[in-house]
Formats: sequence, structure tokens, C-alpha cells
Amino acid sequence: MTAHLPPPTHTPDRRPSRGALAVFGERVLENVIRLSGVSAIFFVLAIFFFVFREAAPVLVSDSFSLKEFLFSVAWYPTSDINVRYGILGLIVGTACVSGLAVLIAVPFSLGSAIFIAEFCGPRLREGLKVVIELLAAIPSVVWGFIGLTVMSRLIVAVTGAPVGVNVLNGGIILALMCVPIITSIAEDALKAVPDSYREAALALGATRWQTVHRVLVPAARTGLLAAVLLGVGRAVGETMAVLMATGHAVHIPSSVLDSVRTLTANIAAELGEASVNSEHYRVLFLTGVLLFLITFVINLTADLVVRGVRRER
Amino acid sequence: MAREPAVPVESAGKFRETAAGRGHRRTEALVRGVFMTMAAAMVLPLLLLVAYLIVKAAPVLSLEFLLDVPRRGMRAGGIWPALVGTVYLVLGALVVSAPIGVMAAIYLKEYARDNAFHRAVNMAVINLAGVPSIVHALFGLGAFVYAARFGYSIVSASLTLAIMTMPVIITSTREALNAVPHAFREACWNVGATRWQTIRGVVLPNSISGILTGVILEVSRTAGETAPIMFTGAVFFKAVQRGDLLPYGLNDQAMALSMHLYTLSTQVPDVPEALPYATAVVLLGTVLTMNALSIALRFWLRSRKRW
Amino acid sequence: MRIPVSRASTASCFIALTAVVCASFPSAGCGSKRAPAIATTIQVKGSDTMVNIAQAWAEEYKKVEPGVEVEVSGGGSGVGIAALEKGTIDIADASRNMKPDEIAQAKRNTGKEPKEFIVGYDALAVYVNKDNPLDEVTLDQLASVFAEGGTVARWSQLGVTIPGVSDNTIVRVSRQSSSGTYEFFREHVLNKRDFKLGSRDMNGSKEVVELVGNTKTAIGYSGMGYATPSVKMLRLARKAGEPAIAPTVEHALNKSYPLARSLQVYTLGEPEGAVKKYVEWMLSETGQKILQESGYVPIPHQN
Repeated sequence: MTAHLPPPTHTPDRRPSRGALAVFGERVLENVIRLSGVSAIFFVLAIFFFVFREAAPVLVSDSFSLKEFLFSVAWYPTSDINVRYGILGLIVGTACVSGLAVLIAVPFSLGSAIFIAEFCGPRLREGLKVVIELLAAIPSVVWGFIGLTVMSRLIVAVTGAPVGVNVLNGGIILALMCVPIITSIAEDALKAVPDSYREAALALGATRWQTVHRVLVPAARTGLLAAVLLGVGRAVGETMAVLMATGHAVHIPSSVLDSVRTLTANIAAELGEASVNSEHYRVLFLTGVLLFLITFVINLTADLVVRGVRRER
Repeated sequence: MAREPAVPVESAGKFRETAAGRGHRRTEALVRGVFMTMAAAMVLPLLLLVAYLIVKAAPVLSLEFLLDVPRRGMRAGGIWPALVGTVYLVLGALVVSAPIGVMAAIYLKEYARDNAFHRAVNMAVINLAGVPSIVHALFGLGAFVYAARFGYSIVSASLTLAIMTMPVIITSTREALNAVPHAFREACWNVGATRWQTIRGVVLPNSISGILTGVILEVSRTAGETAPIMFTGAVFFKAVQRGDLLPYGLNDQAMALSMHLYTLSTQVPDVPEALPYATAVVLLGTVLTMNALSIALRFWLRSRKRW
Repeated sequence: MRIPVSRASTASCFIALTAVVCASFPSAGCGSKRAPAIATTIQVKGSDTMVNIAQAWAEEYKKVEPGVEVEVSGGGSGVGIAALEKGTIDIADASRNMKPDEIAQAKRNTGKEPKEFIVGYDALAVYVNKDNPLDEVTLDQLASVFAEGGTVARWSQLGVTIPGVSDNTIVRVSRQSSSGTYEFFREHVLNKRDFKLGSRDMNGSKEVVELVGNTKTAIGYSGMGYATPSVKMLRLARKAGEPAIAPTVEHALNKSYPLARSLQVYTLGEPEGAVKKYVEWMLSETGQKILQESGYVPIPHQN
């Protein structure tokens, strides 16, 4: 349909445009947005920089040995006669509590994720997802309080251990904290498997369980791995709950019912007393650097794993 | 995925169930039961814990408890200064992190191209979310308390909290922006709007409720954090008037609910059992209510969507 | 194309937000609340042993001087002293004395020398569970339990059988290294040797007593003001053969109890103004009465 337009006349040089102020304002705003956008990188780098800056001098000092730091159990930062900075006991403590937590959490999370993704109806699914989100929202200090009061009494009553704050206590509390994150990411991973897989399995006569364990789980395994990794990252980085629930003993635990101290709890407990710029202070910051690197590596691995999955599709 | 229709055992003689089929159905039922138990094992602790806490806290919980100041060495009275302190800290963190977080998400969604640099930015957001809270405390100590010379104050604590919880806002805003159909943006560009005009005029208004959800989520996370504020601005005790709405200046230290729970349960002797439980209930109640609010908001949004 | 949200509502949102922010700014820079007249804040930090008296004092002092805000935090004597060295607080509570290098550091950082005021006395009690038949112990025995290289790990080695337990390993309950109590114990019982690894290092004085009260095989040390009905305090003898003294107020005052210690506060230089009044008030009869009610030993009256 052609309208009868007058023939185009010579267009003037001036086109109607927005005011210069509006354009300028928009440019400024867009630059502010750009700046905010890259702020995340800036903050991560800043965190590493400031923490490393406080820790750095101790790395080059003569009295400090990195080997002793990483491999000795003897942690005596305030000793009058023999100052020693060995965090092996703390590393083992972190590993034990986080390891136990992930060991407990993974079966329950994966089972719940499979149930939510494949076996339950839409109403129940929404309900369970709400519960998971609420579970994830509980502050860590409340978890620590529960570990200190409720869980320790439970453990003493059930196992007859002398002290209720120990690896088991910390492990169970951390497991409850990790479950939401592992479950939600695992459920996302299962849902991301294309429906064609399910339909193909159904066409071959598979039951739902057979579909799940022969088709879906292997197909989603990288996403499930990422979920577990992120759960580990959460467990390793947790501070308040383990500070209150693990019993603060610096040593290599002899059993699950023994008390330990984690890297995070150690920093929290001793940071206030270390006089600024003393060696003790710097070693604590060095522990912080170590923690940062551990969680960075875990998150990086999880992200690469997920990215690998996406590239496969 | 639709429910699998039950295979009728006698159906016109065409399909007869074999022993293998019966075995499969039994396995299926068993497996379903196992997984349902696992899911229940998640739900039950939450319900039991909340119930236990409320029961233990009942003797002390009341409006008076919220408004009154701690008395007799914090062994009696209420939690008013801690409540107000938490509000201060949360608002302070929000004022800093909400604008930056929303703008960062806008940038990542609307302006960023998919190249290595921006993948790195995305990685940074994920990493920021994964940094242990004690490392955030170390950072806050090094950067705000000492380097920037804010000292131990609400300012330092709020800034530390802001950086810690920014990923929450970035992620929810990104999701909200993603939910706006791309066709909307294309329509705007087709009529000659600039990118910013599109964002301000169409994308933001349609995602504002999703952003609000993220803000509520961030508030609930900030209210629960302890480690970052323990070393940058939270204090064991500060004398405050009962019911005083503005007791703290920005350069003061403040009491906070999370810190108060920690000190009540580990440092104050002879505390009647109900007090720390009641503090835990108030903290938990605040956090869970805000989360429930944000979930409800999301549900309401989904029903209101016009596209 | 209609723009769904009007500019007016967005603008009003911003105005509201700015108003809220501006409302809190006036109090910034003043340093404290908008109290009448000159509002001052006194920052007190330090000993966990003393944190409850400090808090009781702060609470009571508000009634005496409404214009003065006292902020109290714990963390351990080490924490308070470290903050005083940095000059970020006014008063440091300590259940031990400042070491010479700490005093030197404070002088280097702030130019002022810390001034010590003894505000009370305390007896460091050794606690065991009330079901433990042990009643007295010597300092050497304590050292062999707690010190690095100490050989005593089971109650049977001390000749004690605790009824109703199968495993008689001694559960050592200690404090974290920021604690003045920890340092005092190390200096006076362990003779500066380090603690054996593996003790449960509690955050606060009350946690030690609680743990000992809940654990039949535990032994721990804490201020005598923290006693509860589920624990009992051991009598201490300086050496084997000497009489064992119980931790009481009079034994702490006349120093017959081996682990009697002084509680002190430190200020940077001679205190002035509000801080001076506060310290004087702590040492006055009202302040000391509060100290006594908290379970500590007041300074003997100079008549």
C-alpha cells in the first residue's frame, strides 16, 4: 500500500535532536553504570590486596618459615619462650568438619534434588523449594547457637561423649547449612537435562527410577559435581557456626567425638588480641589469604565445570 | 514431567504384567519412598528447630522484650539497642550496595558483550559471594577501620556488609532483568530509543519488583551476619534509652542482634536460659519473615505477568 | 509506546531515599548521640573476666552521668591492650599486667605512656565437676596436667576415680590466647611453659565453667566469680606438703591463695575529663559495691 507522499524536499541540516544536557547526562550515567559493572572485579581484587598487604611482611621475615606454618601442628603465637605458628592442626580441623558435613549433606541433598525434580507433583515441588530457601536463610550465628545448646546435649545423650562440642556437632550443623545450596544447584542441573532424554528413555520402556539413575544422573553429573563443590566451598568458609560448635581444641582429632578448631574460627578468636602489625597479626592475615585462595580455587573449579557442561551442549 | 500412568494389570489382554515389571514397580515405589524421606529429612529439622526455639523462648518473648534495654548485666530486660543497631547496619549497607549492585547488574545484562573480560567479571561476582565471612572481616578491618581511618564504627561495619552482600542484589537483579522479554527491548530500539532510554523506560519498570525481591533478600542476609561486624563496629554493650529510635551516630559502634546472640550465649554468665533463645527467635523470625515476604512477592509477580 | 511507570513516582522514590539518608547524617561527625549538652563516648575494651563488671558499671554510670556513653566490648585482655596500643579506645580492661614491650609499643604509637589503675581483685579458681572426688591439688600437679611436656593425661595418674565414667582421660578446658586469664595461668602455674595442645580453648570465662559443669572428667580455670552449682573449686597448695588454700575473698586479699590476681584498667597517659571521672567513679564506694556484687574482691578501704 503506497501512500501518496509529497516528493522528498531538501532536508535541512538540522535534525530534531535531544538537548545536549540530556545526551551528556545519559553519557555520564552510562559511565557510572559501566564503573559499577566492573566493581565486582575491583572488590574481589581489593579484598585480596588488603588482606595480602597485611600478611606480606611476614612471608619475607627471617623468623617465619612457610614450611613450619603449613606442616606443623604447634600453634603457639603468644608463647613467652617459643613462638611457633603451625596451622596443620587447624587445616586438619577444617578438613574434618567440612568433609564430614559434605559426607552427610550430599546423599540427602542429591536425594532431595532427585525427588523434587523427578518424583513429586508441582504443588509439593513449590513447597519444598520454599522450605529449602528458608533453610538457606537461617543466619550462621543461629546455627552456632543451636550447635552449642541443642545439638551438644543431643550428642552427649546419644553417644556418651565427654563433650558435646566436637567434629560431629560441627559436621551436622554445617551439613544442615550446606544442604540448601547443594540441593538447589543439583535440582537446576537435573532440570537442565533436555526432555528429549527423558522421552527417549520412556519410549524404551524405562521406569522413572531407571531413567533417573541410568540417564539423568550421568547426563547431569558435571552440574551435580559443581553443586557439591559449591557446598564444600560454603562449608570451608563458614565461621560463626564452627566457632561456637566445634570446641576450639588445636590438635589433630582422634575421633569424630573430639574437639577441633578450624582456620576460620581461629582467625575470629584471635584477631582481636593480636596487636596491629605484630607477627601474630600478620600470620592471622596470612591464614586469611590461605582461606581466600582455597575458596577461590573451589569456586573457579565449579564455574569451569559448569562452563564445560554448557559448551558441550 | 507428567505422572506416569499406572499400568492396568488387566487391560484388554493386550498387556500382561511380567514379573520383571512387578519388580520394577516395587523398586520404583521403594526408591520414591527413600527420596521422599530424604526430602523430609530436610523439612523436619527446620520445623523442629523453629518449634524448639520458640518453646524455649516463650517465657521471655513479648513486646516489652523488644522495646526494653538490657538490664542487670544483660541478664534481664530486652534487646532494643541490638534491634536498632541491626536496623542501622542494614540500612547503611543497603544504601551503598543497592545502587551499585543494581547498576552492576544492569551493566552485565544490558551493556556487556560476551568476551573474556566480562566472563571474568561474572566470575568475580561468584567469587565475591563465596569469600568466607571472616575474610570479609579481615578486609573490612584492613581497608575501612585502618586504611580509610573510619575506625570501629557503624560506617566501617556497614561498608563491609555492603560488599559482602552485594552479590545477592546483583544476582536477583540479573534474574529480574532476564525475565523481561527481549522483544520489549528490540521494540524500543526499533523506534529509535537509546539503550539507556530503553532501560529506564521499559526494562527497569518491568523488573522493579524483581529487584525489590533481591533487596529484601539482601536485607535478610545482612541482618544475620556476625563475623564481619564483630571486628569492625559491633560492640558488647552500649547504654541506650528504651525505645530511642536514633541512639547511634554513624561514628559510634552499635549493638547488633547477631552479635548480641553471640555474646549472650558465650560471654555472659548466669543468663536465664530463655534470653538467648528469645534473641535467636527474634533474629530468626526477622530473617525468615523477610525471606517469606520475598518469596510471596515472587509468587505474586509470576501471577501478574502480562506476557 | 507508553512508558508504564511515571517519572514522578521514580523521582519521589529517590527523594524519599535521600531524605532517609540525610536524616542519619547530622549525627555523623559529632561522634555520638544527639544527647543534651556535650555528649561524650568512652570506649572500654578488654578482659573477658572483667567484661561483666565493665558492663554493669556502664549501665549504672548512665544513671549517674546521662551525657556520657560508655561502650563496652570484651575479647580478652590482649584485645583491649592491643586496641589501647593503637589508640583506638579510652580504657583497656586487663586481668593481667601490661608487658614492657606492650607499654613501649603504646608509647611509640601514641606518644603516651599507659597508666595503670587497680580496680579490684580476683582469685583464679581451678574448677572440676561437682561429681569429681578431688578436693585439692598442688601447682606442680596442675602444671603436669596442662603444660606442654606434662605427663599426666588421665585421672588415675592423680589417684582419682570418677564415678560413672568409663574413659578417665582428663578433659582440659582452657581459654584462648587472647585471654588475660590464660596468660596469668601460664605465668604462675606453668612457669611460662606453653600449654599442651588439645585443650578445649573456650572463648569466655563462663563457657569454661559451663563445660566443666557438664563434663564429669573436665578440669578448667576461670575467675571465682563464675562459679555455678554444678562445679566445685579446688583448694590450691603452692607445693606438696603446704596447706591447700580455698579461693575466697579474704584469701585473695591477703594473698594466701596462690592464684590471687589484680584486675586493672589502663588509660593512655593521665586520664582527663570524662574518662577521669569515670575511673574515679569505678574506684569509689558505689563502683566497688557493684564489683563486689559481681563476685569479685573490692579494693580494701584506705581509712
